[in-house]
Amino acid sequence: MLLDIEMKKDTLFVRPNGELDLGVADQLRRTLDETIEKGQAKNLVINLAKVSFVDSSGLGVLLGRYNRVSKNGGQVLIVSPQPQVRKVLDLSGLLRIMNEYPNENEALGKIG
Amino acid sequence: MQLMNQMRLEFLSIPANVAFARVAVAAFASQLDFTLADLEEIKVAVSEAVGNAIIHGYGHVPDRLVRVYAALTQDTLELRIEDEGRGIEDIEKALEPAFSTDAERLGLGFVFMQSFMENFRLESKRGRGTTVIMSKSTGNNMVRAGEAT
Ligand SMILES: Nc1ncnc2c1ncn2[C@@H]1O[C@H](COP(=O)(O)OP(=O)(O)O)[C@@H](O)[C@H]1O
Ligand SMILES: [Mg+2]
Repeated sequence: MLLDIEMKKDTLFVRPNGELDLGVADQLRRTLDETIEKGQAKNLVINLAKVSFVDSSGLGVLLGRYNRVSKNGGQVLIVSPQPQVRKVLDLSGLLRIMNEYPNENEALGKIG
Repeated sequence: MQLMNQMRLEFLSIPANVAFARVAVAAFASQLDFTLADLEEIKVAVSEAVGNAIIHGYGHVPDRLVRVYAALTQDTLELRIEDEGRGIEDIEKALEPAFSTDAERLGLGFVFMQSFMENFRLESKRGRGTTVIMSKSTGNNMVRAGEAT
């Protein structure tokens, strides 16, 4: 898994590339937590366009960051998940708590 | 049902092998007419079962063995994923959605296995290990290439 990260104002954009499973969960969790901390990020936009696989270990990392960001009054937005990834997000209930957008611009527009 | 093919994988209980196992099983399963969506579901189920063996069965100890058996009949993939780890104390509880013995986890592994596969069975003995058995059949809503309609 590769991870592209960009801070725009108080929003952190995260663009993982690859598969989010147990094999990468620790690294993903650590990197996200450090980056959120360092950049004092309020909101989190997770772009899943280049994620081809997610299992419950990957979801756990996303949900953990959601809990952290929303506790501080921030929002977590999901951008363009692929169909097979979306199915897993949906079944887990994650899509009921994190809003989903077709692209980063629309997501950013919602944060305002 | 006549057995058409079978295989067995045995690998160390390290997280990197979760991806190895799901890709190997999906490649094996693709000898049948599964759709891409089916293969993705199989991958999730294998990831969950193998992940559980590593995390819960072996408590992240990396030098134990996880075994995966797969068999193909005309239209069905049969899977069996085994560990010889600590086993499950309360199977009924473990199968409840959102139940996990690890506060950091979601407790959705068995939910995914049961949603994406058929004939799901869980066998476990405390101190002896855990076996997950599940299968998936190809849909018959598609006409095979080359077949007359
Ligand atoms: N192979 C296993 N060995 C021992 N315990 C297991 C095994 N698989 C699952 N369990 C138990 O069942 C619970 C539920 O599993 P699961 O639905 O995959 O959720 P999670 O992995 O998120 O905890 C686990 O928390 C664990 O206590
Ligand atoms: Mg699990």
